[in-house]
Amino acid sequence: MTRSMTGAKMVVQALKDQGVEVVFGYPGGAVLPIYDEIFLQNDIRHVLVRHEQGAIHMAEGYARSTGKVGVALVTSGPGATNAVTGLTDALMDSIPIVVLTGQVPTFMIGTDGFQEADTVGITRPCTKMNWLVKDSARLPETIHRAFHVARSGRPGPVLIDIPKDVQFAQAEYTGPERMKPDHYQPRVKGDIDAITRLVEMLETAERPVFYTGGGVINSGKGASQLLRELVDATGIPITSTLMGLGAYPASGKSWLGMLGMHGLYEANLAMHGCDLMIAVGARFDDRITGRVKDFSPNSTKVQIDIDPSSVNKVIRVDLPVIGDVGHVLEDVLKVWKARGRKVNKDGIARWWAQINDWKKINCLAYEPSKTTIKPQYALQRLEALTKGMDRYITTEVGQHQMWAAQFLGFEDPNRWMTSGGLGTMGYGLPASIGVQIAHPQALVINVAGEASWLMNMQEMGTAMQFRAPVKQFILNNERLGMVRQWQELLHGERYSQSWSESLPDFVKLAEAFGCKGIKCSDPKDLDDAILEMIRYDGPVIFDCLVEKHENCFPMIPSGKPHNEMLLSADAEAFKAGAALV
Amino acid sequence: MSALNIKKGASSHSAYDLRDSHVEVEESHTLAVIVENEPGVLARVIGLFSGRGYNIDSLTVAEVDHTGHRSRITIVTRGTPAVIDQIEAQLSRMVPVHAVHDLTVEGPSVQRELALFKVAGKGDARIEALRLAEIFRAKVVDSTLESFIFEITGTPEKIDALAELLRPLGLRELARTGVAALSRGA
Ligand SMILES: Cc1cc2nc3c(=O)[nH]c(=O)nc-3n(C[C@H](O)[C@H](O)[C@H](O)COP(=O)(O)OP(=O)(O)OC[C@H]3O[C@@H](n4cnc5c(N)ncnc54)[C@H](O)[C@@H]3O)c2cc1C
Ligand SMILES: Cc1ncc(C[n+]2csc(CCOP(=O)(O)OP(=O)(O)O)c2C)c(N)n1
Repeated sequence: MTRSMTGAKMVVQALKDQGVEVVFGYPGGAVLPIYDEIFLQNDIRHVLVRHEQGAIHMAEGYARSTGKVGVALVTSGPGATNAVTGLTDALMDSIPIVVLTGQVPTFMIGTDGFQEADTVGITRPCTKMNWLVKDSARLPETIHRAFHVARSGRPGPVLIDIPKDVQFAQAEYTGPERMKPDHYQPRVKGDIDAITRLVEMLETAERPVFYTGGGVINSGKGASQLLRELVDATGIPITSTLMGLGAYPASGKSWLGMLGMHGLYEANLAMHGCDLMIAVGARFDDRITGRVKDFSPNSTKVQIDIDPSSVNKVIRVDLPVIGDVGHVLEDVLKVWKARGRKVNKDGIARWWAQINDWKKINCLAYEPSKTTIKPQYALQRLEALTKGMDRYITTEVGQHQMWAAQFLGFEDPNRWMTSGGLGTMGYGLPASIGVQIAHPQALVINVAGEASWLMNMQEMGTAMQFRAPVKQFILNNERLGMVRQWQELLHGERYSQSWSESLPDFVKLAEAFGCKGIKCSDPKDLDDAILEMIRYDGPVIFDCLVEKHENCFPMIPSGKPHNEMLLSADAEAFKAGAALV
Repeated sequence: MSALNIKKGASSHSAYDLRDSHVEVEESHTLAVIVENEPGVLARVIGLFSGRGYNIDSLTVAEVDHTGHRSRITIVTRGTPAVIDQIEAQLSRMVPVHAVHDLTVEGPSVQRELALFKVAGKGDARIEALRLAEIFRAKVVDSTLESFIFEITGTPEKIDALAELLRPLGLRELARTGVAALSRGA
């Protein structure tokens, strides 16, 4: 069906045709025609943010928790530049979002017009693809293409820059059904010979481990299902990166916990000591590998990834399988079953004995306190009191993020939203709103540090306006805790600028926004306070005053190998050694 | 505690020692990148090289298929084999890139570059410049009483060689197109 309409109307029509239900955005001169069209319809909901960075993180939270593409709409110039952090965040974490920006009219481009910025130039390195559309006749195909690119292959953010005159101009609208097949079609099926070799290795390995990541989540719920089937049928231990939590359930019998810099002792030692490593949608980030040349020295490495540039980027792998996790795992299971479901039972049993030995060290142990709330304790209580609920967790960035990853259990994919690759403080609050908008009935909790939380706290206004009952669970240590920890361990205890000074009274702040504020500083009151938070029908800012100087362990100082991990008991010894660094 | 003899705690290595000290020899590779002829595509390709710290020794680009909207970018780059592999993977995953050919590994190829040399001078130097140009089969495309412009097509090495020889004879300006390359055979 073709129809003539303005560019602005096309934008709204194309979004509808792409199944978009909600747009996170902020108006301005260069997008007014589009806002006019939004005003004139009721199919697409618009969530008015308080800062464009918030819009992007909300779209990310929406996307990650639903598996759909998130959409944001911002104006030219400052609107677009405010979106840059969010775009970079989405690029690093492979989150599919479409961002629409307004631009000065085509005849003004290049004249330093009011609120002109070279948006496609600025955002080229932080988008998977971007377009400046100078002709409204090309607008529909560009928007449809943008959705295809954002969600296909390795997902990521795309941006469409739309000059104001293009929004006004009339042209023929084309629906997605009339699009030519796109040349961008990343391969999803894995090479069957490579898959057969992978199965052969899996049959004989004595000390195999699955190292899974965000790619399993990207691949969709079916991929997690297949992963569970394979892991449970083979009995092979499994660990995951920060980005992949929930793909395999935390209660599953083969679960080792998260690996990496702040990962579990047993997970990291399993990676270090394995003879077969099967990476599934994980990209060998430096938080995982530590010192590259000492990374898992004696293993054969297999990597399943949809992006060929993720292979051999950091770590040489012996067998790459290029394809989508879901498609590849389906074939792996087929081949493995057809070949008689073999595994090296004795080897794996010995391997588990070894791993269970490592588990005994109880690496997450911490000094409990009767008088101060330990951040780990706060998360243990949060976990105990919300387990089994329809729960989504987002986080900010810092120690609290790592403790959340260590102490909260995720049973399903898409339930955990965190800024991994870019580590963007200020991500969690807007992300929690994006999640809540997608899942209005669910319990959505942002586990935050007070410093991160302040970075986008204006979005509480958005939460109020759109009745998103998000729970802001702030582990308030009055410190830039993660920075403070590095300074303690690696910079001779010189605490340069790592204090959170002049903090607001969070309870009063909550009142000022019109939501509920809860403050808790006594471990004895914590359970009741958490229950009060959960039960309150509306947004809550929970100021949980925790131990100020707690360190997050285990920790592999960056650039160290896995077997030089620090446990809490080693910290003192390490500090002595670190003076030499 | 552990069968792997795991040692923990302090070590003599610096926490800042992040780089793999693995050294490999750098190679020069000529890549042909077939891209959609859209605004910004060249910037995207170049941005990949600068953003990820790869080298560009030469770069040429032009539309080669008007109806199909295809341009061909020829890039001469340098790096260890692992880096070259990464460059190819990074290029080939870009949305507007249709194909990447490593002409250096895909068999023999023909590489050509066009250069214009402006040489100014009188007397013996002028005669010597003309003689050298003939030896290199460069054409005179402009001449005044005091200057010549020579045009030459050849490999980058040949152009380098002529430039070296013309420098003392009054070479004023040099314009080069960068390498264009095709694999040999059908
Ligand atoms: C303070 C801080 C501390 C951190 N500490 C840790 C830590 O201790 N442990 C840890 O794990 N992380 C940690 N991180 C996160 C870390 O920086 C990385 O973000 C994370 O390790 C990357 O996860 P990933 O390898 O799963 O990759 P992702 O970034 O999720 O990448 C996904 C991979 O899967 C591929 N892929 C995508 N879709 C598909 C598909 N459909 N099929 C196949 N492949 C696909 C992609 O090409 C990519 O290679 C920390 C972050 C912060 C901010
Ligand atoms: C935008 C941004 N700026 C700076 C940093 C560096 N940084 C990482 S963690 C951290 C401290 C976070 O403090 P807080 O939010 O209170 O969390 P805590 O570590 O105390 O749990 C800082 C400054 C960052 N990740 N993001």
